[in-house]
Amino acid sequence: MGELIVRADGVWFRYAGAEADAVRDITLSVAPGELVGIVGPNGSGKTTLLRLVLGVLRPTAGAVEVAGQPVGRWSRRGLARLVGVVAQREEPMFPLRVDQTVLFGRYPHLGPLGAPRRHDLEAVQNALDRCDVADLAERWVDTLSGGEWQRVRIARALAQEPKALVLDEATANLDIRHEMEVFELAARLVRQEGIAAIVVTHHVNLVARYADRIVVMDRGAARASGRPGDVLRKEILEEVFEWPVAVTQWGGVPQYVPLRRDESGTDGAVTP
Amino acid sequence: MTRWLVLIAVVAAVLLGAVALGPAPLGLVDVWRGLTGSAEGPAATIVRDLRLPRVLLAFLVGGSLSVTGAALQALVRNPLADPYLLGLSGGAGLGAVTAIALQLTSPWAVPVAALVGAIGAILLVYRVAVVTGSVLDTRVLLLGGVVVGAFAASVMGAIMALSPAPEVRNALMWLLGSFGRASWQAVAVFAVYAVIPLAVLYGLARPLDLLALGEEPARFLGTDVERTKRVLYLTASALTAVAVSLSGIIGFVGLVVPHAVRLTWARLHRALLPAAFVVGGALVVIADALARTVFAPLEMPVGIVTALIGVPVFVLLVRRWAS
Repeated sequence: MGELIVRADGVWFRYAGAEADAVRDITLSVAPGELVGIVGPNGSGKTTLLRLVLGVLRPTAGAVEVAGQPVGRWSRRGLARLVGVVAQREEPMFPLRVDQTVLFGRYPHLGPLGAPRRHDLEAVQNALDRCDVADLAERWVDTLSGGEWQRVRIARALAQEPKALVLDEATANLDIRHEMEVFELAARLVRQEGIAAIVVTHHVNLVARYADRIVVMDRGAARASGRPGDVLRKEILEEVFEWPVAVTQWGGVPQYVPLRRDESGTDGAVTP
Repeated sequence: MTRWLVLIAVVAAVLLGAVALGPAPLGLVDVWRGLTGSAEGPAATIVRDLRLPRVLLAFLVGGSLSVTGAALQALVRNPLADPYLLGLSGGAGLGAVTAIALQLTSPWAVPVAALVGAIGAILLVYRVAVVTGSVLDTRVLLLGGVVVGAFAASVMGAIMALSPAPEVRNALMWLLGSFGRASWQAVAVFAVYAVIPLAVLYGLARPLDLLALGEEPARFLGTDVERTKRVLYLTASALTAVAVSLSGIIGFVGLVVPHAVRLTWARLHRALLPAAFVVGGALVVIADALARTVFAPLEMPVGIVTALIGVPVFVLLVRRWAS
């Protein structure tokens, strides 16, 4: 295993004026070639943790390092050369063409006035190809479907030539095929190119099948962390998500099924 | 490249035509002789001392207001942003008029006072617009801008009515804009004050592309968002301030021109900003030529002409934005 891309060490965070910590004592490390899933209920601190890792927020205690250096010491530009981020939503104000949008991924590598060089254009083409949107290059982004637009934004992140890719509920609005395509793409980048990926998602079953490790967050803390098989256990999921579930297996990976009220006893015991 | 040359040629023709237009009609030969200095006499004097500085000042002011509008639209992610509608022009006008009423008549003091006024206005508009927690509502931002602009105009009116300083008595000039006071000195003041903000703005063309996506994407694509925003607000304030202190409040130029350029020319700011500058400059030169010739020898404030163009465009944009 090479140098860690992201290392969070005992990180705490509390928003100004808040009564409770949004993130409590999280330790997380992500190495090249690793896909780490972060799951948890709404408000459990997933996005806050990401913002800490990405240097948008400063931890109240603990430390975050990116590529071996405290995250606060990186400039935004330096960080953008290392980490590509795809968030759930992004609505362009003045729609551009797909190729222009993906070229934005090269901006952290370009000077303020320098024109894109050959390598920049190659990186754009390469990213378009890998995300299967090369034939959309001339289209205006406001004519794309939700799945196409999301893949274009992943292409933009790849054009950054990052060492790590962060997907923050990037598949939340996608149908099954497009969601699977995003996961397949992320997994391929991780396996074949040694990119590190951090995937925040509500789709626990899906991320379980792609992730090397999963962190289950609950009220700001990591309730469990480890291989999907060790983490996605019935008692953990029920406690964290406050809903009865059954856990089954698919291809050696745990998959949960949320239960209807009349399928579970008052003590949470399953009546199949 | 060719289309840039065509654009520049068209704009140059507009400028030359505007120099020829006026109460004393001049032929293009007179204009050429006046410009090249190959003739003396009243025609050459009109060209060199009256028309040329006026046309140049109109061009520079129009260009500055246009690029400021383009930058503000990306910055606040609102297609209706414009130095006038965001209250910057009103604040700058109030600053300029206050400085003159206080007898600070040096050509250097007035633009600085206008800058202070513009910054004060944008801070006030921001206070209005940050309605819930720290979230900025860009619709309320615009509302705040219009209200702050209207308030600034009222206070300007009061100062004009009460001040003994003769320079502020021309209320129409300040409230609706005019190039009637154009001179080579005004052009020089403009050049000194505007060159640095214009260069800074152009240097921020790529961050502006990214800010138009939203602050989060801009940050993750390498922009120091907070610093860039501060620099952009300062730059926008400075450009508005120098424009207003030399020619009063001219509205809607910064609204109309960037949209026209985006639709027809370029959407990335590295091309959008320079194109908006020359197109906006030419538009205000035309507006000024109309303002001083249509009812000659009477002269209309140029801001009325730009409002006649701008308000219908504003209505169109609102309808499209709202749907």
